[in-house]
Amino acid sequence: MNNTSENVAAYNFAYLDEQTKRMIRRAILKGLAIPGYQVPFASREMPMPYGWGTGGVQLSAATLTPDDRLKVIDQGADDTTNAVSIRKFFEKTARIATTERTQEASVIQTRHRVPETPLTEDQILIYQVPIPEPLRFLEPSEVETRKMHELSEYGLMHVKLYEDIARHGHIATSYAYPVQVEGRYVMDPSPIPKFDNPKLSDCAAIQLFGAGREQRIYALPPHTRVVSLDFEDHPFDPSKADAPCALCGDTHSYLDEVITDDAGTRMFVCSDTDHCQTRRAAGHDKEDAA
Amino acid sequence: MTPLLDVRAITKTYGARIGCKDVGFTLWPGEVMGIVGESGSGKSTLLGCLAGHLAPDTGEVLFDTRIDGPRDTLTMSEAERRMLARTDWAFVHQNARDGLRMGVSAGGNVGERLMAVGARNYGNIRARAEDWLDRVEITADRMDDRPGAFSGGMQQRLQIARNLVTGPRLVFMDEPTGGLDVSVQARLLDLLRGLVRQMGLSAVIVTHDLAVVRLLADRLMVMKDGHVVEQGLTDQVLDDPQHGYTQLLVSSVLQV
Ligand SMILES: Nc1ncnc2c1ncn2[C@@H]1O[C@H](COP(=O)(O)OP(=O)(O)OP(=O)(O)O)[C@@H](O)[C@H]1O
Ligand SMILES: [Mg+2]
Ligand SMILES: [Zn+2]
Repeated sequence: MNNTSENVAAYNFAYLDEQTKRMIRRAILKGLAIPGYQVPFASREMPMPYGWGTGGVQLSAATLTPDDRLKVIDQGADDTTNAVSIRKFFEKTARIATTERTQEASVIQTRHRVPETPLTEDQILIYQVPIPEPLRFLEPSEVETRKMHELSEYGLMHVKLYEDIARHGHIATSYAYPVQVEGRYVMDPSPIPKFDNPKLSDCAAIQLFGAGREQRIYALPPHTRVVSLDFEDHPFDPSKADAPCALCGDTHSYLDEVITDDAGTRMFVCSDTDHCQTRRAAGHDKEDAA
Repeated sequence: MTPLLDVRAITKTYGARIGCKDVGFTLWPGEVMGIVGESGSGKSTLLGCLAGHLAPDTGEVLFDTRIDGPRDTLTMSEAERRMLARTDWAFVHQNARDGLRMGVSAGGNVGERLMAVGARNYGNIRARAEDWLDRVEITADRMDDRPGAFSGGMQQRLQIARNLVTGPRLVFMDEPTGGLDVSVQARLLDLLRGLVRQMGLSAVIVTHDLAVVRLLADRLMVMKDGHVVEQGLTDQVLDDPQHGYTQLLVSSVLQV
C-alpha cells in the first residue's frame, strides 16, 4: 500500500472510478431492497491484500462523500495496523475527515465488532466479511446453497448448531453466529462476537456487508429485524465474560483479555477503545463496578 | 383406491442415447416394485426421473399427495418437489457417501430431515434420532460419531434411518445392498424387509440381485435397453418368465 500512496493523486475520489462506484452502489441498493440477500458484484483489485477487508473498503469507497467523517475499527480498536492503513488510504484518496469517536463518524468501517455506542440514522456501518455464505461449512456446493436460500431451506443451519450442542453440551459458536433477517434470509453477520448480534436488530443505521474475495455484498436497512438462530431448549445466549472492564468499570461492554506484564498478569478491558476512553473521560473508573 | 404413484410414458434420452423409453407402471400403497435388468438398461435413469433428480423428456409421474391428491411431480414447482423429497419421499443411494453428510455426526444426519421440516427442540430431535438409530441397530454410543468411522453396512443403515425418520410414504432405492459383503447384505435385507412391513412402506427398488427382489418386491419390472420387457407379480415373473430375456436372466445364463 505504501508504494502506491505517492501516486494516489492520479486516482479518482476514494480510489475507485465512478463507473465502478456506480456498479457497487447498484449492488448496495439491491441489497437494501432484499435484506440479508447476498448480491454478487464484480469485486475490483484494491491496493491491499484480501485479508485486509477489500470488500469493506470497496463499500466505503462507493459510500463516502467529501463531507463524510470516517472511522475505521479493527476488533474494536482504531489503532491497529489494519485500521490505521485503511483510514490513511481514504485520507489520501478521498481527502475526507476521519475520527476515532463513534458518535462523530458518519461512516464506520469495521472488522469483527459493532461499536458499543448505539448508532443513529445518520450513520452507515460497513462490515468486512471473509466468508459471506453461512451454509458453506456444511454444503460446499454453491449451486445448492443458492437453491437453499432461494427456497428458504435452512434446516442445515440448525444441523450446525445441533452438532455444536452434541459435541460441547451447548451452542459453542461464539463468532459469526448465524442470523435470520426479517424471517427470510439466513445471513452470516461476519466474525463479530455473538455478543454483538442483538445490536444488528432494529439498528437505526444502515448496515452494509462486503466480501471482496467472494464478491458478495449484503445489507440491512435501518430497523430491520434480525434474529439469532437457536433451539427452544438451547436459546441464543449473547452473554460475555462476567467481569467489569478493569479501566472504565463497565459491566455491559464486550471485553478483551489482555496480558499486562511479563509475569502474565491478565485483565479484562473494553474491546471498544473509543467506548472505554469516552467513559474514562467522563470520570468512570474500575471502582464503578464495585 | 388411488395408486400412490402412477407413472406414464416416461422417456429420457441423453443426446442420441436412450436412457429409458416409454416406461409406465402403477404402484399401490404398501407395494414394493422391483426393477431389474443388466447394466445400462436404464434402471437408475428411470429412478432418477421418478424421484425428481432427472427431468425426463416426456411423461408424467403422478404422486398421490397428502393434501391435493394425485399431482404430476414433473410439473410442480421445484420448491414443492424438494419439500416432497424431504418429507414423503426417501432416496437410498447405492453409495452411502452420496446420501450422507460425512462431516456431520450420525445423530445430526438423522436429525437433518426433522430440522428441515421445522423441528426446533434439541432434546426431541436427539431422542428421535436415537430411536431411529436403534431401529437400524446402531447403538446410542455411536450417535456422535461421524459416518466415516462406520463400516459400509452401518453407513447404509444410517442412510436408511436418515431417510425414514420423517415417516415417508415412498422410498426409492438404487442398489441398496450393492457393494456390501454377502453376510452384511443379508442383514441389511432383513432389516429393510422388517421396516417395509412395519411401516407399510411403498418402495421402488432397483437392483442387479434377483435374491433382493425375491425377498422384498411384490411386483417386478424387467428392463432391457431402456425398455420394460416384462412386468408382473414377482413370483410369477421369476417362476414363469414369458420374455426370452427374462428367461435368460432367471436361468442365470446372464450375469447381471
Ligand atoms: N449422464 C449420462 N450421460 C449420458 N448417458 C448416460 C448418462 N447416464 C446414463 N447414461 C446412459 O443411459 C443408459 C442407461 O443408464 P443407467 O445408468 O440408467 O443404467 P442402469 O440400468 O442403472 O445401469 P447400472 O446397472 O450399471 O447402474 C446407458 O446407456 C448409459 O450409458
Ligand atoms: Mg444404475
Ligand atoms: Zn472500559
